[in-house]
Amino acid sequence: MSEPRLTIGLAGNPNCGKTTLFNALTGSHQHVGNWPGVTVEKKMGHARHGELELDVVDLPGTYSLTAYSEEEKAARRFLIEDRPAAVVDVLTADALERNLYLAVQIMELGVPVVLALNMMDEVRKRGKDIDTGLLTRLTGCPAVETVARQGKGRREILEAAVNLASERAGAWIPLRISYGPDLDPVLDEMEAIVEANGIMAGKVPPRWVGLKYLEGDPGIMRRGREASDQAGEKLEKLTAKVAAHLKKTLGTTPDAIIADYRYGYIAGIARQVVRYPAVDQERLRLSDHMDRVLTHQLAGPLVMALVIYLLYILTFAVGKVPMEAVQAAFAWLGKTLEAAMPEGQLRSLLVSGVIAGVGGVLGFVPLIMIMFFLLSALEDTGYVARMAYMLDRVFRIFGLHGTSVLPFIVSGGIAGGCAVPGVMATRALRSPKEKLATLLTAPFMTCGAKVPVFLMLAAAFFPGKEAAVMSAVTLAAWVAALCVAKLLRSTVVKGESTPFVMELPPYRMPTLRGLCIHTWERSWEYMRKAGTIILAISVLIWAAMTFPQLPQERAAAFDQRAEAAQAQVEEAKAQGLESAALEDAVKAAEAAKSEEALRNSFAGRAGVALEGLTAPAGFNWRVNIALLGGFAAKEVIVSTLGTAYSLGEVDTKDAAPLSEMLARDESFPRAAGIALIAFVILYAPCSVTIVAMAKEAGWRWALFSMGFNTALAYVAAVVIFQAARLLA
Amino acid sequence: MDSCLTLRRAQVNRKLRICSIGAQGELGRRIRDMGLIPGAEVTVVGKAPLKDPVALRLRDFTLTLRNSEADHIVVEEAE
Repeated sequence: MSEPRLTIGLAGNPNCGKTTLFNALTGSHQHVGNWPGVTVEKKMGHARHGELELDVVDLPGTYSLTAYSEEEKAARRFLIEDRPAAVVDVLTADALERNLYLAVQIMELGVPVVLALNMMDEVRKRGKDIDTGLLTRLTGCPAVETVARQGKGRREILEAAVNLASERAGAWIPLRISYGPDLDPVLDEMEAIVEANGIMAGKVPPRWVGLKYLEGDPGIMRRGREASDQAGEKLEKLTAKVAAHLKKTLGTTPDAIIADYRYGYIAGIARQVVRYPAVDQERLRLSDHMDRVLTHQLAGPLVMALVIYLLYILTFAVGKVPMEAVQAAFAWLGKTLEAAMPEGQLRSLLVSGVIAGVGGVLGFVPLIMIMFFLLSALEDTGYVARMAYMLDRVFRIFGLHGTSVLPFIVSGGIAGGCAVPGVMATRALRSPKEKLATLLTAPFMTCGAKVPVFLMLAAAFFPGKEAAVMSAVTLAAWVAALCVAKLLRSTVVKGESTPFVMELPPYRMPTLRGLCIHTWERSWEYMRKAGTIILAISVLIWAAMTFPQLPQERAAAFDQRAEAAQAQVEEAKAQGLESAALEDAVKAAEAAKSEEALRNSFAGRAGVALEGLTAPAGFNWRVNIALLGGFAAKEVIVSTLGTAYSLGEVDTKDAAPLSEMLARDESFPRAAGIALIAFVILYAPCSVTIVAMAKEAGWRWALFSMGFNTALAYVAAVVIFQAARLLA
Repeated sequence: MDSCLTLRRAQVNRKLRICSIGAQGELGRRIRDMGLIPGAEVTVVGKAPLKDPVALRLRDFTLTLRNSEADHIVVEEAE
């Protein structure tokens, strides 16, 4: 306990095997959170080295340390504010130069850096070689060879980090690179100003502040102004002067010069350290061979369609078994409790509120687990990057990104998906605006819970044409999602599309361990977050549909009717007669009571009150209640509509009686049916999805989607109903 | 130099050398972060099924660029 704990940061490019090394270092001792102020995931874990306890922090994968992306901001803030004892920079050894670009920037800050040359096995396989000892001497940073997926170099990395940390004892020794005759004098001048005015003193080296000014970093410029208005102005003037000079003489910008010199410095090191094979250099790698087929003009899209289809089939076909098992278990639990407890409010709360609500949430868990297992596998192999590459041209038209296809498909782009894992899958998108637009529109897709609603309506209003209706609905959902995405990207999520400068990493075999950890993290996070909030929401919905109860005398009137019918049945039985008609009368009486009770409840009153508003869309109070229930979960729509139409319990899977009832209801014409279909496609996502959205993008956007989608759905429904009536 | 052309118009599988990068701001930064700087050798190794984006091979890795982004990169034949 007395031993001080050391904090070790883990930095590196995306796809460098950083997460694999993190898993190897920390095992299962990790927890996931968010970086302050941004929706970037922060992973922390613990490791032991001898007597020493280490906190290992996994920094977001970045190529650079500027402040353009959320990831870069989070990584930089951690280095500066948390001052880790040492940073392990994980490098893809095969692409040493590009990976050193980040390393050099961390070294310029002065943080003690250990270089982990990861995937050395790949380097050797290509006949290349890296002189690790020489790399250590040239950079002054201990370099260690690792093969993270096999756990090789695990101990050595920790040892190097601990040794370096104790050697430096918290002191930062910044690397100084020459940035050429144009910038070096300016940098010296800036360094003096920064030092004299104490700008970010004690946090970062003065020269680094100067560099950030030259790179035009707004965050650092603000810090400069805060420390001293005068000094800040002086620094900005110096920057402007040298920028103007460079533009005139060389036609370039300071940040371009900085990048050139940094890469020049790195190339100088790489030239001495990396030995390329004499003959092998031109030979195509296996990965490139695979790309010839997998991104081929014709074969590429075909394979992709197959992969998407398989992903989908596997998730929902395999996931169906455990999902139904979980649902059946909860149904059994509900029934058992119902039998064991006396009738009353408490029983109703536990059975219809708590068990049904929690069961609804946990039912999704098997789907989420399978989905994420397969998605992580696709991501780790490098195939997702290829999908984005092939589809980008299409999705860009709508202001989205090639990678948007995955969330759409998972959400129900092929009817029967689920928006919850779909929304969670948007995490693969590294471009914030495209991610937001994808996340907000993915819930339009035809998820598994909406399918029975559409089938029931199709059977009622287009009997015999259910398949055609389903296809039209799925297509309409895609059109709606893409068009709304375009709308959002030109209004509330406006802005230039994020550059598509993206790495196509070599194809790699994912590790089972990594996939399992990833899958478990996501599923657990879902269960914990959604479980608490959804529980509250389902209890609330239960209460809204139960209270206030029917006044005693009205309830008694229904009970009398039921009792009278029951008495007739008994009488008939006593005479040895079986009368189905009489038994139906008993059920009808009970169902009528349920309908009346529902109508009298808060939800029912809201449904009646909303009739004025929803009449232009053709919806009556019964539909309104059902749609209100759909805010909690779309499964509720069919069963609530059943209760409202006095059908008692309606089985979601066999809603034929409800379809017949709707078809007969004169006050609910076909035009209203079509309007209702459109409304259900578009309106607010279910509560579980809302929680998932809040987790990915914040509550503001989750609530926005609730309001915006419902408004959009209303407008669409009114337009369709009125137009259809005019035509009819 | 008249041997220079933008990367969008470069032919597939030819060895190219970058002459200059015209992009500024975030795009310029991202391009340079990946090591696309004057003097670097690149080869266009493929185009997506709809001819955009393109896949670009640097010495040690492959990356993708949209045509609109490739417009900012001026290259010449390496030999």
